[in-house]
Amino acid sequence: MKELAEKYARRLIIAGLAEAPLVCGLEDEIVWNREDDRCAMLAQVIAGMHCNALICAEPAEPYRTILSFLVRKYPIAITPGDCETRTFLHDLPVSSIFSAEAILAHLHRRKSVTVAEAKSLQIVTFGTVSPEQAFVTFSSVCFSAFVLFFADYLADLRASRVTAEEQAAFARAVSLLNPPPAEPPELLRGPFTSENQVIAAMIEAGLYTVGFRLVDSYFGNISCRLDDTVYISQTGSSLDELAGCIDPCPLDGSSCAGITASSELVAHNEIYLRKASRTILHGHPPFAVILSMDCDVADCPNRGQCHVRCSLARFIRDVPIIPGEVGTGPTGLCHTLPPAITNRRGAIVWGHGLFTTGTTDFNEPFSNLLDIENMCRQEYFARIRAATDQKNKN
Amino acid sequence: MNKMTGWTGRVLHIDLTSGETTVLAPPEELYLRFIGGRGLAGSFLRPQVKLPWDHPDMPLLLFTGPLVGTAAPTSGRSTVMSRSPLTGTIADSSVGGRLGFQLKRAGWDGIIITGKAQTPSGIEIEEERIRITNASHLSGKTTSAIFNAFADGRRSVAAIGPAAENGVAFSALMVDRHHAAGRTGIGLCFAAKNLKYLTVAGSGKVRVHDRQALLAAREDILRLTAASPVLMGRHGFSCFGTGSLYDLMDSRRMMPTDNFQRTRFEQAGEMNAHAYREAYQPEKYGCMGCHIRCKKIARSGGARGVSMPEFETMSHFTALIGNIDLHLVLTANALCNDLGLDTISTAAALACYRELAGDIDLTPCLLDLVTRIGTAADDLGRALGRGAQDFARARQHEESAMVVKGLELPAYDPRGAYGMSLAYALSTRGGCHLRAYPVSHEILRKPVATDRFTYSGKARIIKIAEDQNAVVDSLSACKFIFFAAGLEEYARAYAAVTGLAATAEDLQNAGERIYYQERIMNAGNGFTAMDDDLPQRFFTEAGSGDESLPIKPLDREAFLAARAKYYRIRGLDEQGRPTPEKITELGLR
Ligand code: SF4
Ligand SMILES: [Zn+2]
Repeated sequence: MKELAEKYARRLIIAGLAEAPLVCGLEDEIVWNREDDRCAMLAQVIAGMHCNALICAEPAEPYRTILSFLVRKYPIAITPGDCETRTFLHDLPVSSIFSAEAILAHLHRRKSVTVAEAKSLQIVTFGTVSPEQAFVTFSSVCFSAFVLFFADYLADLRASRVTAEEQAAFARAVSLLNPPPAEPPELLRGPFTSENQVIAAMIEAGLYTVGFRLVDSYFGNISCRLDDTVYISQTGSSLDELAGCIDPCPLDGSSCAGITASSELVAHNEIYLRKASRTILHGHPPFAVILSMDCDVADCPNRGQCHVRCSLARFIRDVPIIPGEVGTGPTGLCHTLPPAITNRRGAIVWGHGLFTTGTTDFNEPFSNLLDIENMCRQEYFARIRAATDQKNKN
Repeated sequence: MNKMTGWTGRVLHIDLTSGETTVLAPPEELYLRFIGGRGLAGSFLRPQVKLPWDHPDMPLLLFTGPLVGTAAPTSGRSTVMSRSPLTGTIADSSVGGRLGFQLKRAGWDGIIITGKAQTPSGIEIEEERIRITNASHLSGKTTSAIFNAFADGRRSVAAIGPAAENGVAFSALMVDRHHAAGRTGIGLCFAAKNLKYLTVAGSGKVRVHDRQALLAAREDILRLTAASPVLMGRHGFSCFGTGSLYDLMDSRRMMPTDNFQRTRFEQAGEMNAHAYREAYQPEKYGCMGCHIRCKKIARSGGARGVSMPEFETMSHFTALIGNIDLHLVLTANALCNDLGLDTISTAAALACYRELAGDIDLTPCLLDLVTRIGTAADDLGRALGRGAQDFARARQHEESAMVVKGLELPAYDPRGAYGMSLAYALSTRGGCHLRAYPVSHEILRKPVATDRFTYSGKARIIKIAEDQNAVVDSLSACKFIFFAAGLEEYARAYAAVTGLAATAEDLQNAGERIYYQERIMNAGNGFTAMDDDLPQRFFTEAGSGDESLPIKPLDREAFLAARAKYYRIRGLDEQGRPTPEKITELGLR
């Protein structure tokens, strides 16, 4: 347990989510990754619920700036705009008191609580089977706050309702952004002819996708076709730890061993059947997600249901934006993604993430993922400038 | 007048000795503390649980939960409960079909059956009306014959087959033809009351506190299931049934083979769910109120309308007993259903017999053997019908009975998933995977993956999961949907239905109470740490691994240490017995 607590404390730091996290694991006694004044109070939280792991940490920048603003704007709960967070976390409750009682009141209902007192801001999350669960929730809270913040700002700017406080938070958050990732790395060259090569290439590409912050580690997926088998990352696997987490799935569906495969297996399969792709990469780069939700069609009858209903042919330059939910339901992206991506270098799923494909190895989908995200980032700030100019004109 | 929503506030008591029925109105507080289903049934079982299982005063209970009959997903289930003739522990089974749904719509949260009818009887419930019928003419009939006799499609039908009437300790109760309350010998509990069948029809509406809020919770749950590869994915339960686990168990080297002497079955690749699909083109079918519809019914291959085997049956009727004939699995499954036999225990008893007979080929006589068990046709049939433990013990080879507390183990070898070893050992109904269902995280990676080859962290995980599943069985919902959703979402459904401001944590607390009460009942019947254990084989023999995936014997020290931790976490003494402090804390005096 101690090892797991330390592992996920490290991961929070490496992922740029927190600088000094407190992580505990619990079996018949509590173990912390380190000592801290808050441990005694948090032990009361743990005693008041059925869990075996807890994380409490101040988010790192720019999340801290972003959340500090959001908790004032939404003092009860933050409702994420992106679909995946909304599916899994529903909403992100906010508390203004850092006490066991206040935290428990929220964690009895939800997987996280963001506690904002005068000077401090902490995210508290928990798990019932492992610290990993608390980590995934923590990372989702940060990701969805980021997406919501930048999407809100653009919308507010257009509607001329940006407050001074929002403006200051935006300027600060932008100044704290990592510089856009530069050149893509040299990845293993295909065509691949053996299972070992495929797996090595997938592990490598997964590692870089997380390293370049193109996905919050747990929610992407990656696959590679070799003959009539699709090798795909397992559901809930961390893209930077893919060794042992890749399922071989026959294209004809003759084995169910892939029951643990990513929920997007059907979409991947369908893409391989339609186009000569050999590799697929799926990440959640934030600016692609933010832009996918930026739509100015007035009076659209599908407003509020964009993620499943949008029927407009929307693009960011050459890259289509399509509706579709996670998985295989009637409004699942397995129906919308394959036709949309067939003659394209990638496609963005509304409020969710980006899929790219390659014909031999992961160099192509990786550089496409990177390019498209950089393009979206530029486009985002271009739209900000346009909205600012418009405002100044009026 | 019942002010509650979700519950009807009425429980029916039927005394089969006198033929009298009474209506009980349990205090609201009881509902709040035990929810319904398994929890509420347990609270009615407890005062009588020390009686012998076949004592006329031993209650036979059928209970639904507050979500049953509402729009909450997978809420068509109910719990049948009594004391087990096979194990002596509490006996309960969550059962699907339409039984719970109809019972609730007829206006009943549950029924308590006591006494013993003079002649083979049936109970027919239609709304408020209860009829006790003479079922002598149905005596000895198969369950299909009973389902055919009541084929008017409106009511839900539960029936026992010849196995129960012949005293088989692991007889099942069959419900609506395709569903079984299979484990722990619940069928025999029916026979003990001379009760051959039960039919229920109801048309009332279940009152819901806040319909809009319920629909919102339902939406959230449906979205989560759509995102779940295990449930709705290409290889998931909805497409292939629980049989989709078969390939996975093979690839993880945890398929119990030759009575758990090995953990790999070389022919598994040809005996998987895909092979059944090719052979029988099954159609989807499900319990009332379920959109996952994990049941499958054959459409071709000369088996039209026949239930496809569940994963456990697929595995135990192949790997465990050395059979490579697909059609034989289907036929044996249908025969077990007809005779009213639990397929897991039947296959496991046969596997024990086969091992003791020197790993002989059972396939030529498999159907004959099943029939001999179900009809108690001869000494061998009767001996096997007492369960693997009794069978092996009588032959001085208790080590060959792969059971926990006398209940035959299902199809997950614990050497490949250490949490499963704890789950088996600690389950309050004996060797069962469903109490804590660690397959979820050890194999299926939900909610996140855990290391299947370690005990680290597992004691608490098992305890939390047992409590959660006690809630699921009490609401009553289906455990499968918890691969995707959680109590967080179901608490909102529960609050919307009942109007109570309950959180996930409140439900989890009720789950702890429900589970602890079961430990109290078992302890009252003499169960201690000695019984919370696994067959020796798992600690001394390795499974069928290889260099890249070794399957070692379980480390006994580590197992005992984890079990001791579990006792501390659960608030039991070192012998696994309930403590006065914890009993008081949970309000279970
Ligand atoms: S998932 Fe299967 S067992 Fe569960 S309620 Fe649905 S049909 Fe019944
Ligand atoms: Zn995604």
